[in-house]
Formats: sequence, C-alpha cells, structure tokens
Amino acid sequence: MDFAFTEDQELIFEAVRELCDEELKPKADEVDRAGEYPWDSVRQIAEMDLFGIPVPEEYGGLGMDVLTWAVVGELLSTGCTTTGAVYGAHMLAVYPILEFGTDEQKEKYLPPLATGEKIGAFGLTEPGAGSDAGAVSTRAELVGDHYVLNGTKIFISNGGDAETYVVIANLHPEKGTRGLCAFILEKGMEGFSFGKNEEKMAFHSLSNRELVFEDAQVPKENLLHREGRGFRVAMTTLALGRIGMAIGAVGLAQAAFDAAIEYSQVREQFGQKISEFEAIQFMLADMATEIEMARLMSYKAAWLKDQGGDFEKTAAMAKVYASEMCSRVTSKAVQIHGGYGYTTDYPVERYMREAKLFEIVEGTSEIQRLVIANRLLRENRLS
Amino acid sequence: MNVIVCMKQVPDTSEVRIDPETNTIVREGVPSIINPFDENAIEAAVQLVEEHGGKVTVITMGPPQAEQALREALAMGADEAILLSDRALAASDTLATSYVLSCAIRRIGDYDLILCGKQAFDGDTAQVPPGIAEQLGLPQITYVIGLEVVGDKVRARRLLEGRYEVVEARMPAVLTADKHMNEPRRPGLKSVLAAKKKEIPVWDAAGCDIQVSSCGLEGSPTRVIRTFAPSHEHEGEMIEGDPRDAACQLVEKLAAAKLV
Repeated sequence: MDFAFTEDQELIFEAVRELCDEELKPKADEVDRAGEYPWDSVRQIAEMDLFGIPVPEEYGGLGMDVLTWAVVGELLSTGCTTTGAVYGAHMLAVYPILEFGTDEQKEKYLPPLATGEKIGAFGLTEPGAGSDAGAVSTRAELVGDHYVLNGTKIFISNGGDAETYVVIANLHPEKGTRGLCAFILEKGMEGFSFGKNEEKMAFHSLSNRELVFEDAQVPKENLLHREGRGFRVAMTTLALGRIGMAIGAVGLAQAAFDAAIEYSQVREQFGQKISEFEAIQFMLADMATEIEMARLMSYKAAWLKDQGGDFEKTAAMAKVYASEMCSRVTSKAVQIHGGYGYTTDYPVERYMREAKLFEIVEGTSEIQRLVIANRLLRENRLS
Repeated sequence: MNVIVCMKQVPDTSEVRIDPETNTIVREGVPSIINPFDENAIEAAVQLVEEHGGKVTVITMGPPQAEQALREALAMGADEAILLSDRALAASDTLATSYVLSCAIRRIGDYDLILCGKQAFDGDTAQVPPGIAEQLGLPQITYVIGLEVVGDKVRARRLLEGRYEVVEARMPAVLTADKHMNEPRRPGLKSVLAAKKKEIPVWDAAGCDIQVSSCGLEGSPTRVIRTFAPSHEHEGEMIEGDPRDAACQLVEKLAAAKLV
C-alpha cells in the first residue's frame, strides 16, 4: 500500500494550495455574501487548467486520474467551498460524456469543458424525483431527427450559468427506469430555459436553478449512451459524484479545523490560551482524527475507481461518513470559537451551515446507507 | 525579439526570521521563491515575445536547487532556461555576479533586451543589473513600470518618487522591472507540467570564459563586517481620533520636542 503522491500530483497540489491561500480563501466570505455566481474564482481555476484535470490530453485536458481530481476538489473546498462546489458539479457533466460519449460527442463537448471556457451541469433531480431518482417525469419523444423534451428539473448546481448540460428524461415512461435516456443539452437550444434560482441556508452564490423544457429540441446525435440507458448513466455519474461530495466535505471540515486550532491558540480565558484546556484539546484531536478517517475513505474510493475496481460501496461509505463528520467538525469549530463563532465575523458559522448540504445532495445519508446495506446483504447472502 | 531575463532564487522573505543570538538569517525550512521583481521582468519579457515574436531565455546563477526557480519561469512562458552553477562562483558579491552574468549573456549571444528585477528581495542592493550593463557596455533603464519597443529602440517609463520619466534607449539595453510594471501570471497546470519536462543546461565558469580570479570570494571586494537586526528602542506612537484634534496634538508634540 502506497500513500505517496507522484511528483506531478505534488506539483499540482502545491499550485492549487497557493491559489487557495493567495486568492480564493481571502475572498471566500465575500464570494458567499455576494449571492452571485463566483465567475472571478471560476475564471481563476479555469486559467489554472483545473477543469481539465480528469480530461484526457487529446481533448485538451491534463489526463490525470480521479484521485488527482478529488484531491484538488478537497483543496478548493478548503479554500472556498463555493468554488469547490462549482468544480464538483462541473464534473457531473464531464464524466458521463467521458464515460459514455461517442468520439464525436467527446470531440465537440470535452475541449471547452476542459478549459473551463464552458461550465457543465447535470440535470436529474425533479420536484417529484429526489431520492427516488427513477421517478423522473421529464418526457422525451423522438420526433423526426430530434428528441423533444418536456418537463422541469430543480436544484441544478451551476444551472443557468453552465453552457453544457447532461439531462435525464424518460422516453418510455411505461418501462420505468428502463425508459430513461441521457441527453447532452446546450444553453440556448430551442425550448430550453431556466426558472427559479433557489435561495438556500448557505452556498448563496452557487446557482441551483430550475431547468425548464418546453418542447426543447435536442438533436438526435445528442443522445448520450443508448436509449433506455439513462438510469445507468445517472447512477454511474452519481457514484462518482459521491466521491466529489465526500472530498468536498473533507475540505470544508479541514477549513473549520484550521480556523479552530488557530483561534484556540489566540483566545485567552482564565489567564491562558484556551488550547491549553484539555476540553479544547480533546475536541481538536477528535476533529483531526475524523477528518483523516474521511479523507482516507475518500481517497480509497477514488483510488478504487482509478484501478477500475468496484468503488460504489466505498464511495457511498465515504460520502455518508464524510458529510456527517463535516457537520460534527464544523459544529465543534463553532463551539471552540464560543460566542464569536456564532457571529458572522468569523467564517465558522458559515462552515456549519454549509456542512448540512453535504448530508443531503447527491444522495442523502439515508440513501447512502441503503446503497451500502444493499451491497452488504448481497455480498453476505446466506445460502 | 530575443529577451534574456536574469533572475535569482531567494528565500521567501515573508517567512524569514533573524536569529537574535547570531544576528544571521535563519534559512532552515524557509521556502525558496523567484525574487518577486524578477517575476515582473519575466512577465514583461513573455508579453514582449507574445507581441513581437522571438524567445525568452531565463538565466540564473546559483546552486543546483535554483533549477526549481527556472522551472517556474519556464511555466510562466519562458522558452529556455540556463543554470549557471559552479563552486568557483560561490560567495560572489554584486560586482563579481554582474561580471559572471555578463559572460554568460555573451555566450547566449543573440539578444535585443536584458530584463532584470529592480533588486533582489534578500540582498536589496539593486547593483547587479547596472553592473551587467556596464560590463556589456549597454544602456540601462532602471525602475521600469512600462515599456514599448519602437523600431530598434525601447521606450520605458521609469518610476521616480511621485513622478515618472520617459526614457528611450537604443537596443540592446538592460532594463530593471518595478513591481508596478505588470501582474505576473499564475501559470496553468499544463505549463507547470510541461516545464517539468524541459531540459535545463548547466553552464560552468570555464564554459563561459569566466576568469576565476574575478568571481567567487577572491573576485569579490565587498566585505560584510556585521549583520544585525535593527533594534526598536523608540516605539512609534499612534494619535487616534478626529483628524483635526489629532493634527493639533501632533503639532503640540512636535513643538514640545522643538522640532517645529
């Protein structure tokens, strides 16, 4: 077992750390309060080629593995959670095209996604299809040389700001999930528009918009994979998305820990630094231990994916553990800050609100446990 | 348009401490960076070549680990890098360093401009670039905040206190960059990874026809007698409050001290 990164990976991580320390972290609060999509930060990570990390060199990317993509996501999330979330959501369009796209689709869509010239988004969730992802009611019909889409998606990260969308719709509702198809849509396609941008308890600058399809005209060649394989595309994308969510939670928890351990050595009560109190020390020790555990699980899931192994269960374990860990750790970070931690003068209250997202998106904790339990029971069936 | 940039790897000054016992700089564990003003020079050179064509060659005199700084310059867009490294060059002062760099520049040969940072963050002397110009018999323009190439001349804005002057020189010339000249780019990862793969030739003294007696300790007339951290016996005083009241208080204090 080798925990060492390659020289190239170290170079990349160092460059990203520098970007975070010098650019992203100092303006993270401002980015969140602005309530506007963080184009400045997005452009900065695009100029650094970060969107191209998992894209093969022939399509204008760096051709690095999922582990590298994940660690960069972690670092971004530590620097600026919003920017980390944009980076993560972008991959949900890149990855299915990479995995299931035809050569023509890859040549057309991957290069601008790799440079960040275009941002990507993934549209699965609907008002009536959340945890029950198969209950998608957006309809697709083949009319001539176009698929015609009708319906609405909600909560779509990067929605409205992205140019390239992978969208799931049902061509044969009577077949249930076997009727689902995945399509590549472009902003500006006839009949494709955007609705409400959700107001949330955190991530105020991350767009989570409605995608509206009113006889949206999708050229036939924009079908991703085959007819009836949309559920597989969605599940494969979500499995990878879990690694992204797990690592995002690790990055956020790390930011909370960093703030807490610094504050504990500055704040004095009863004539000493509060870091000298065992109560604080034990909190810090537990926080760091849990972060490390979640990080290792997330890295392992990414590593398994890179080995071509079955990473679904590990990714689900990493996601549920990391997201719940993140809520515990960010809450402790507020606790260590005391009254100041509850004010908006310190970033930890924001971290605590942001943490909740990770327990919900891309499969709630409950769905992750179902995924894990199903796998466990299948693997351990009594004969 | 071929541009040579002379650069130096320096300790990250934001992390440098002075050992109060020995009064020397504590270098252990301090990361090395490209001298920040040199980054402005590299950026200016890359922009010139982007506009006029040609190539940017970066050169540094230093220990083998200075190669890292050259790779960062390559990632920023320099085309070639040369490491000038030889034990005989160690402990060269600014006079010897300008001599050594001028020898290497002669060896490179074909160039239109030599750009340097206005001074190094560690030594802060600002003596090497003018020294190079003298050695090569070239015109020099220091503290440059903007430049344009017009025919065979370079026209530069030179920052002075509270004003700037416009100076023109025939090329080739030596120019030194101020931090206000530009915003050095943050290289993309593709460039960083590509720079890692580039060959960086290492030149020694003999290969550049450098007289060993004119460099290193022997060729350096400068003697450092003592290095020390300035003591802060006189604390500054902040006068706060309404600007008018503060100004009155200041005048009173100055008058009391018989300074006005």
